[in-house]
Amino acid sequence: MKIELTHIKKQFGAVRANDDVSLVIESGSIHGLLGENGAGKTTLMKVLSGYLLADAGQMSLDARPARFASPAEAIRAGIGMLHQDPLDIPALTVLDNFVLGSGGGLAQKRVAARQELRRQCQRFGFDLDPDALCNTLTVGERQQLEIVRLLAQGVRVLILDEPTTGISAPQKALLFETLHKLADEGLSVIFVSHKLEEVEQLCSRVTVLRQGRVVGEMPAPLDTDRLVQLMFGQCLTSATRPSLELGQVTLELQQASVHTYRLTLESISLTVRRGEVMGLAGLEGSGQRLFMQACAGIQRLASGRLMIDEQDMTHQSYCHFLDKGVAFVPAARLEEGMVPGLQIREHVALTRDGHGFFMHWPQVDEQTRAMIQEYNIVGRPETMVQELSGGNQQRALLALLPRHLRLLILEHPTRGLDIESSRWVWNRLAERRREGTAILFTSTDLNELVENSDRLLVFAAGKVSAPLPAHTTTCEELGYLIGGKGV
Amino acid sequence: MKARALYDKLAPTLIPILLTLVSGTIILLLAGANPLEAYGNIITGALGNPRKLADVAVAVVPLLLCSAGMLITFAAGLWNIGVEGQMVAGALSTTWLILSVPAPAYIILPLSVLAGMAGGAVWGLLIGTLRAYGRVNEIFAGLGLNFVAMALTNYLIFGPWKPPDGATMSGTDPFPPSSWMPILGNTRSSLVAFLLALAAIVIVYILLRDTSWGLRLKAIGLNAQAADRLGINTSRNMLLAFAACGAFAGLAGSLQTTAVYHRLIPQISGGIGYLSQLVVLLSGLRAQWVPLVVLFFSIIQVGSPRLELRMQLDSALGGVLQSSVVLFFLLVRGFRQRAARKRAERPLASEQSAAEKGEAHA
Repeated sequence: MKIELTHIKKQFGAVRANDDVSLVIESGSIHGLLGENGAGKTTLMKVLSGYLLADAGQMSLDARPARFASPAEAIRAGIGMLHQDPLDIPALTVLDNFVLGSGGGLAQKRVAARQELRRQCQRFGFDLDPDALCNTLTVGERQQLEIVRLLAQGVRVLILDEPTTGISAPQKALLFETLHKLADEGLSVIFVSHKLEEVEQLCSRVTVLRQGRVVGEMPAPLDTDRLVQLMFGQCLTSATRPSLELGQVTLELQQASVHTYRLTLESISLTVRRGEVMGLAGLEGSGQRLFMQACAGIQRLASGRLMIDEQDMTHQSYCHFLDKGVAFVPAARLEEGMVPGLQIREHVALTRDGHGFFMHWPQVDEQTRAMIQEYNIVGRPETMVQELSGGNQQRALLALLPRHLRLLILEHPTRGLDIESSRWVWNRLAERRREGTAILFTSTDLNELVENSDRLLVFAAGKVSAPLPAHTTTCEELGYLIGGKGV
Repeated sequence: MKARALYDKLAPTLIPILLTLVSGTIILLLAGANPLEAYGNIITGALGNPRKLADVAVAVVPLLLCSAGMLITFAAGLWNIGVEGQMVAGALSTTWLILSVPAPAYIILPLSVLAGMAGGAVWGLLIGTLRAYGRVNEIFAGLGLNFVAMALTNYLIFGPWKPPDGATMSGTDPFPPSSWMPILGNTRSSLVAFLLALAAIVIVYILLRDTSWGLRLKAIGLNAQAADRLGINTSRNMLLAFAACGAFAGLAGSLQTTAVYHRLIPQISGGIGYLSQLVVLLSGLRAQWVPLVVLFFSIIQVGSPRLELRMQLDSALGGVLQSSVVLFFLLVRGFRQRAARKRAERPLASEQSAAEKGEAHA
């Protein structure tokens, strides 16, 4: 099925996730959609598959205009999407999940469904036990189930959103084989990824998105250098950075491992010194967040040890880390960082010690006003935090941090900020650094990483590189490493 | 504009009451009764003479105490279904004290208050521990422990604490009069109990408005994850919230034994814990409205038995009225929120369709 998207726009609050995107996907092809996280790939695909309604723009399938109010409508029209997290119901069996969404009357035709499931599995070489519970399956198997389920419902367009995250190498090979087979049968496959290598291996054509816009399109064979440049934008020459005498070891990880359902980090050993800035590079979901949460005690270590200033902090909770001078500033400012529904001054009261049991509001107001002035926040003490703009929320979050810190961990410290605010944030962080605070941060902006870090760690699917000296690393090299290609 | 503001302020309360009256009227008409006469009977049944008024005061005490406690856990975003059990625990610890420590009134009465609060607090801590450390949803923990408390009461009444001449459903033997809360004149109302309940709601009001602890609970209730990142020990504060709520509910249970029944009876909590849930919901989680709602509920509770005496109607009708007012309250709130959301979205939608039209012309 040939798909045409024209002038698609989708905005979330102030963020333009899709800003006038036009795209044509030929039938019988595997079309790659490449871009960093936040580039707008998933949003665009959700629009195409009926999960989101575009603010503006048209879609057409085989030259017929289409508009989907729900995923069910999109599936009826032949478009199915495989999400990053499989959308199955873990407590049901494989067969139950397979039958779900296929409509039909009250009496399900389970015998027929079982046969259909077996037939589909045989066709692609999947090995799925119809009676196994979904929560006993690996991510790769759940993905296979989702594929046969959508195919059984007659989809002609299959969208896969980052399908290779969390699946094993043989599963990946089987998946690629399956996708080739489907394309040969005339289905359109849209492969959303940020992994250069996979896109090169699989796709006959690639569209690159950046900041909600199409920045380039390329048929196979693909030119990797050009793709890296399109994905990350032009690299500016890095500014000279005042070098600082690094102090004693602040953070020490000894063979630390973290395990979650989707991702594991194995046996990381690392030291970070007083005043050092460590940049964590990698595409989102590669393990940086998990790593930082582990360093702050938010995520428990499965094994290994974590020392702060030579004191063993393994298995302590975030409260204790905070007492010890370790703070975590999350990227989700209103979800994780602050409490919507409370005022700025209430946040001040919560984070500053020295208040008795009874609140003394005049004193808190005074503190808050001083803070608002010092950190240049546009707001009043009584302003609810959710009414602040993104930049002001970030300023407030930094302002609420304890005065003295040993280790400051920041997730995307300048995401969504304009240049002026970003510079302001880094000036603040530089002050902290001069006081001897070690800093860990993630960013998707390669310039920001190279410019502000002393050393860099590159994360790819839970694997962590050895620390790279930032002053000898270029944006290009970093781009290659992030894309999963060695230099 | 002014009228609109006034409407916005009063509508959430007035519309549900109106709807309740309408639905109550329909039910009464279906039952073949005169609605006006029925409502009149409820009101005179509750407020007709000083003795009735005193009965209303008796009903107010435990409901106000439980609601005060419930405000604390609601502030922390916790659904504390276990108030019943906490109330029972307070009654049990008080009974244990009175049965095992013979002492004059001026010692045993203050001690009984403390014992009740301690018993309820411990029961609350139990729920809190299951929630904070055992990862058991507080609704299930509370509900489960309610049944445990009930079973424990029955065991004690029919076992260790049974009267010498055999156990009955009417409970233990009456307590020695030294452990009876003083009564106002020839009514059944205890001034001490009433003042304790009033003090409780005032304390909770101040606690939630003016203290750093109240602020921490509010932060946890609004966003527990962010509260943790801001350095609040969420587990410990949740535990404390359960303990504080338990203390108030335990006091309610304690006063039911020392000021009302003067013994331990099997159904000592009498569903008041669940009813307080409705009270707090109807108050919109605002402490200042709780006394009014409690009074309203107590009037219905004391007045509705008269329906049975005078009109041969079932007194359960009172419960129907209490619950339907809460249901309508939630319903009206839901509708108004949806309407507000629609209003907020509409300008965007019209802008968009205008843009589409513009494009079509081009």
